[in-house]
Amino acid sequence: MSLALLVNGIEHKVDPAPDQSLLSVLRDNLNLTGTKYGCGEGQCGACTVLLNSRPVRSCRTLASFAAGKPITTIEGLEQNGRLHPVQEAFLKLEAFECGYCTSGMIMSAVALLKQNHSPTDSQVREFMNGNVCRCCTYPRILEAVRLASTRASAGSGEQAR
Amino acid sequence: MNGNLHSVELDFERTAALENAQQDSMFRLDYRFELQRREFFKLLGGGLLVGVCVSSLAQESGRKGRPSEDNLPTSLSAWLHVAEDGKVTVYTGKVEVGQNIRTSLSQQVAEELRSPIESIQLVMGDTALCPFDMGTFGSRTTPNMGPRLRNVAATAREQLITIAAERWRVSRDTLVASDGKILDPRSRKSISYGELSRGQELVTVIPDDPPLEAPKDWKVAGTAAPKVDGRTFVTGEHKYTPDTTRPGMLVGKVVRPSAFKASLVSLDSAEASKIPGVAVVRDGNFVGVVAPDEPSAVRAVRAIHAEWKAPAQSSDATLFSDLRKRTSEPGETYGMNPSHVVGSVEQGLANADKTLSQTYTVAYIAHAPLEPRAALAEWNNGKLTVWTGTQRPFAVRDDLAETFHVSPENVRVIVPDTGSAYGGKHVGDAAVEAARLARAAGKPVRVVWTREEEFTWAYFRPAGVIDVKSGVRKDGTVVAWQFDNYNSGPSAISTPYNIPNQKIEFHASDSPLRQGSYRGLAATANHFARETHMDELAHIVRMDPLEFRLKNLNDPRLAAVFQAAAEKFGWGREKGTPTRGFGIAGGVEKGGYIATCAEVEIDPARRDVAVRRIVAAFECGAIVNPDGLRNQVAGAAAQGLGGGLFEAIGFDDGKITNPHFADYRVPRFTDVPKIEVVLLDRKDLPPAGAGETPIVGTAPAVGNAIFAATRIRLRSMPLVPRGLPKSS
Ligand code: FES
Ligand code: FES
Repeated sequence: MSLALLVNGIEHKVDPAPDQSLLSVLRDNLNLTGTKYGCGEGQCGACTVLLNSRPVRSCRTLASFAAGKPITTIEGLEQNGRLHPVQEAFLKLEAFECGYCTSGMIMSAVALLKQNHSPTDSQVREFMNGNVCRCCTYPRILEAVRLASTRASAGSGEQAR
Repeated sequence: MNGNLHSVELDFERTAALENAQQDSMFRLDYRFELQRREFFKLLGGGLLVGVCVSSLAQESGRKGRPSEDNLPTSLSAWLHVAEDGKVTVYTGKVEVGQNIRTSLSQQVAEELRSPIESIQLVMGDTALCPFDMGTFGSRTTPNMGPRLRNVAATAREQLITIAAERWRVSRDTLVASDGKILDPRSRKSISYGELSRGQELVTVIPDDPPLEAPKDWKVAGTAAPKVDGRTFVTGEHKYTPDTTRPGMLVGKVVRPSAFKASLVSLDSAEASKIPGVAVVRDGNFVGVVAPDEPSAVRAVRAIHAEWKAPAQSSDATLFSDLRKRTSEPGETYGMNPSHVVGSVEQGLANADKTLSQTYTVAYIAHAPLEPRAALAEWNNGKLTVWTGTQRPFAVRDDLAETFHVSPENVRVIVPDTGSAYGGKHVGDAAVEAARLARAAGKPVRVVWTREEEFTWAYFRPAGVIDVKSGVRKDGTVVAWQFDNYNSGPSAISTPYNIPNQKIEFHASDSPLRQGSYRGLAATANHFARETHMDELAHIVRMDPLEFRLKNLNDPRLAAVFQAAAEKFGWGREKGTPTRGFGIAGGVEKGGYIATCAEVEIDPARRDVAVRRIVAAFECGAIVNPDGLRNQVAGAAAQGLGGGLFEAIGFDDGKITNPHFADYRVPRFTDVPKIEVVLLDRKDLPPAGAGETPIVGTAPAVGNAIFAATRIRLRSMPLVPRGLPKSS
């Protein structure tokens, strides 16, 4: 089954199995390993990517379903050597311990800030409740999202893309 | 091979005891370090090499002349190389699993070497390059490896000063090391470390204990240095084991038995073998597949028809009575004293005004690291290389060597910085599986466990039953304390309270599930029982829980964290209500002192408990990196909410009944409240580890807060797996 996947602005021709998940194609066929496997059950958010600017669990999304739609992965956030404001905020506050959840957290936060430039803490909690950080760095992640949102809404340079 | 596949997990206490024994007397051969000095520099290029080994051995070798002339001693525990280009590489067998030691150890090296932190690279957990290490567990890195690396760095610095002094023909006392250079303030000359190392092939082996910079004078250590490779985590660049590949690599999967302890009766793999590129491997009870890609591997596993036979096994319904029944005689207690007796509990009870006897239980819980167990194995001419996330690379190397009948020097284990472990990655199951499949396939094979495999085939934090019997006087003095722990483990079993009559015993049981190390391990269970019971006693004598604890305490460090937590929390300022309660708990473990205050809100209609606020006060001697420490303390306090409130492994007849995140609930954003961390920095005391202890205060503080609001006393962890019960 031959498909065209539009990942981070680049079109890739891939030939996945009919039952192959987007996660597996990204990681195994395209070697974009920033997106993680955490459960394969749609329960942890480690595999979160943006599809048409919406966050999806790539482990529960068939690659074929994603064909032709713009996909953004963690590798696609940095532009010209500049980190995305959400990446910057995570780095600045070190909103991680082992970092395994970080890609998924950042992707979810990016998606949230696209919809809502200045979410309240409880909106962040609700929106990101599908993302597990087993190291429980939640308070810092919350702070990082807050920081990214104030930066974005203060218009200090870039808007959240 | 199945026997080795699930090699018996050593209990943490036992391995820690072994580690200590090893440091005291014996040492283990490290084959790699039989290297000739010349070979070594061939490998590294010239420069300066400083190793640290246990004091007695350094002295012994000292007597025999200069051991470093020819062979390096076999007992090194870390070493540091200053290359001719000024790059500093430090080799340690410790591993990074999110506890931030790559950064905190780099800071300590930078401090002593007086070299910028960017010039320092740590090679960690590579058995071919790093000196032998027991493993990364038991909060040993900061107290043990930190000082060692500071020693090697300080020695290297002093040597660089000596070389510069000789070169310039000046007295070494006039020279200063700073920012990767040696300076002569009088002549204003300076020379970089790289230049000084050029043409050198200098090996020094030092004992474990030269003088070091006092923590109060630290400049780099003791500060909130940013994570050294932090950027690679926010860009997705960092490669964990499941992200690692090798040319020609195949995907491996294991066909899991129908239940624990099952043996294979028959296997029909004809259909699976027809899938292009798939091979099925059977060896005893081990069945696995290799395939060119993930989808074919999954299909192959599904296509295999295996029949298993398993003995009837018990379920969680009878867990606690089973643990009591299946207990061994005291004495079989992991080499610890089977019991601790002070005074006479009988007399203490007889003289008490009130007595209390209660039982507390803790469930099995899973580590559920977000990076599942994984390994990539590659054979090359009888030599095996395995990339895997483990806390004990050398133990995994030895396990592989034994399993595959090769000598340990033909096995190399490399640990990429790992997606956490929490004590769960002490063994090399995935490594053995990948190596077995790779050998059959003749190609590199990567095995990544599914979440269901994680929840089923990993080991668990031990479940336990704890009986406490105590006596208290009307004035609040605790006079008798009997504490019996079945199965959950002896660490932090002794009480920090000053009680004249005590009998404390640990009873090992035959655990129905495979169990092993965990962040905080038994300390969590023991603190839960002790601190809940103390709360019950405070209530019986109508004293404030904090006041009651302080009255029975004469450990000033513990009292200090209790007071610090209480002050920040505003303890006693507000009275609880039936829907709002405040609780406190604390204790000592592994050299760290923790006190936790919790505020809970009760929704009586929904019988729901929400934790609204946590204050954790922690003291672990001199602080190496306050920002990293804050992150550890807050993370541990929050993680403690999982085991405290709702995490529990269910099992029945050899199967796990909730092996998915959908039915094994872990803390999420909406569960985690505001967490305030108070750090007490004791610059006069050596640093202790901090990765574990802060977890132990959470569950009892929350349980005590629930009682304060509802008068319902919960004595099982998790406290509210199905919401608040109607009564205790
Ligand atoms: S891996 Fe997709 S949600 Fe967990
Ligand atoms: S940082 Fe380890 S899982 Fe989030």
